[in-house]
Amino acid sequence: MVDTLVASKTLVDVRDLKMYFPLTRGIVLQRVVGYVRAVDGVSFSIERGQTLGLVGESGSGKTTIGRTIVRLYKPTSGNIFFDGKDLATLHGEELRELRQRVQIVFQDPFASLNPRYTIGSLISEPMHIYKVASNAEIRERTVELLSVVGLRPEYIDRYPHEFSGGQRQRIAVARALSINPEFVIADEPVSALDVSIRAQVLNLLQRLQQQFNLTYLFVSHDLSVVRHVADRIAVMYLGKIVELSDRDELYAAPKHPYTRALLSAIPIPDPKIEKRRQRIILSGDLPSPIHIPSGCRFHTRCPMAQDICREVEPAFEAKEGREHYAACHFSERVTSPIE
Amino acid sequence: MGEYLLEVQDLKTYFKVKAGRVRAVDGVSFAIRPGERLAVLFEDQDLLDLPESAMRKIRGGKIGMIFQDPMTCLNPTMTVGKQIGEALRIHLKLSKDEAQKRAIALLEQVGIPAAAERVNSFPHQFSGGMRQRVMIAIALACNPKLLIADEPTTALDVTVQAQILELINGVASDFGTAVMLITHDLGVVAGMTDRVVVMYAGKVIETAPTDELFENPRHPYTLGLLASVPRLDEERHSQLKTIEGAPPDLLQPPPGCPFMPRCAFARAICRTMPPLDPVAGNSAHLKACWVDVTDPKEQAYADKRRQARLDAMQAAIAKSAEAALQTLEEK
Repeated sequence: MVDTLVASKTLVDVRDLKMYFPLTRGIVLQRVVGYVRAVDGVSFSIERGQTLGLVGESGSGKTTIGRTIVRLYKPTSGNIFFDGKDLATLHGEELRELRQRVQIVFQDPFASLNPRYTIGSLISEPMHIYKVASNAEIRERTVELLSVVGLRPEYIDRYPHEFSGGQRQRIAVARALSINPEFVIADEPVSALDVSIRAQVLNLLQRLQQQFNLTYLFVSHDLSVVRHVADRIAVMYLGKIVELSDRDELYAAPKHPYTRALLSAIPIPDPKIEKRRQRIILSGDLPSPIHIPSGCRFHTRCPMAQDICREVEPAFEAKEGREHYAACHFSERVTSPIE
Repeated sequence: MGEYLLEVQDLKTYFKVKAGRVRAVDGVSFAIRPGERLAVLFEDQDLLDLPESAMRKIRGGKIGMIFQDPMTCLNPTMTVGKQIGEALRIHLKLSKDEAQKRAIALLEQVGIPAAAERVNSFPHQFSGGMRQRVMIAIALACNPKLLIADEPTTALDVTVQAQILELINGVASDFGTAVMLITHDLGVVAGMTDRVVVMYAGKVIETAPTDELFENPRHPYTLGLLASVPRLDEERHSQLKTIEGAPPDLLQPPPGCPFMPRCAFARAICRTMPPLDPVAGNSAHLKACWVDVTDPKEQAYADKRRQARLDAMQAAIAKSAEAALQTLEEK
């Protein structure tokens, strides 16, 4: 278990988490013919009040991690210590109580808000479920929450379709905050929004973090957005974290060729820089998580792959600085992306 | 037409819906030269209906189109070879065998390995990036003069996006095809294009050569858009600059400049729509705005307005919260 000294600082500690989804064949007598290894042995921890950015392409398993932490899935194996208690094995009343402290904001506010509920009842629903206060107090708190996320409280009896995407995401945030969680998982919270609206929601999330001392797991595919919000960043590839480091160090000196390629692939809105930039273009697509390549799982697309990479899976270990982890045999050869 | 490959003049596209008319495109003019790469910067992706009338011969033949979502735009019941060959057989009157041969060549050109075997595969047997390659092959089948790419990489991952952009760039210069790129991604615009048309609420509000636009944006919307995106190459700021408010409802577009309700530079004259006029000293750079945003006096005024607006909004929220609580207490 986590010793007390660490426990005071660390809020979330995920150890060797695995989430496999079985593939079945047959209709009546279903046989398991294989597994989709969506999350395949992932470990990380988040300190109180900090933000961990989780980055990866679609199919890398980042959303699955978020959903497993709130126990929308039961993990195949591994531990999720939240404030010292293991979320992975809890059930019943204990799980219900712990869940009150962990909330999630989903990607698509058009799908995550029930269109038949007014926004007032959407925001107050968690409070009614956990019976945190009397009905009048709950109504009062809903009004307060609306103004906290920058919406006019007189909209309280309107329905989700009357709001724009950015406003809906604010409603989803208010709902997540309604029962005073300590830990919020934001699963691609701005990906479905217009460019000019994204900045508004990102600023809101940051303001709320300071105001309520929240801890975030910020899941996104957009490295420039993650750089803006996160303190530490984990890069995922095909179910595993391949690199984990402080924000600035990750961008200045990546230690994994995949991170390097990701950084070079992001377009920068400046034609002068864009036109003289050298891109590392990865060949091919993400391999299937059903048949994961042997050895290093990135070797099929890696520009630096050697024989050893095809056979031996590299350990996820500290490189140079204590807090910079990477899983690559040749991490010292990875160059800096921004020259 | 002469100089231009495509010239669009005062194009309007209104959609009739139950609640009235959606003015998706509202008086748009622009032109593309042969071989040029033009970006149309557009925030609401769904609204752009393309400038082509019912000219079937041109569609697919002279103008190729790449859509946003390769998953829904390919026919799931036809092999990719047939889908590529379809345009060839209609426009170039090729035989079945010839079309098949050319389809294989095209698939090779867009970088699909083992093209001779994959030509008989169905779309679901390809990955997202590969499907987008198939779509590019279809669009290029008849050697079009113009390639219209509508958010070609929005549905793809960053590493695959880089591959596809490289490919579009490559084939466009090989074939001498002009490209019209419709996107909301400023980074993609910066790397891919020669000239940019910025649209807001169905109207062109600024157009300029790409370098000029990024260096010297003159419309408050362009200015705000450029400032609101977090950038990898810049110092990290604790707060992002925002454009407050949301795009207007196109059923009832506000009279005058459509950006006025969100614009900090706005003043009385903005109630009439400004013409799209050249910026002083640069005839290639046009903007539809009454205000000179480079004037320090105007900037000071805008900063003051922005602050005042934020304060007013917060005050309004606080007041409304108070009122709501009051009514609760009375109950």
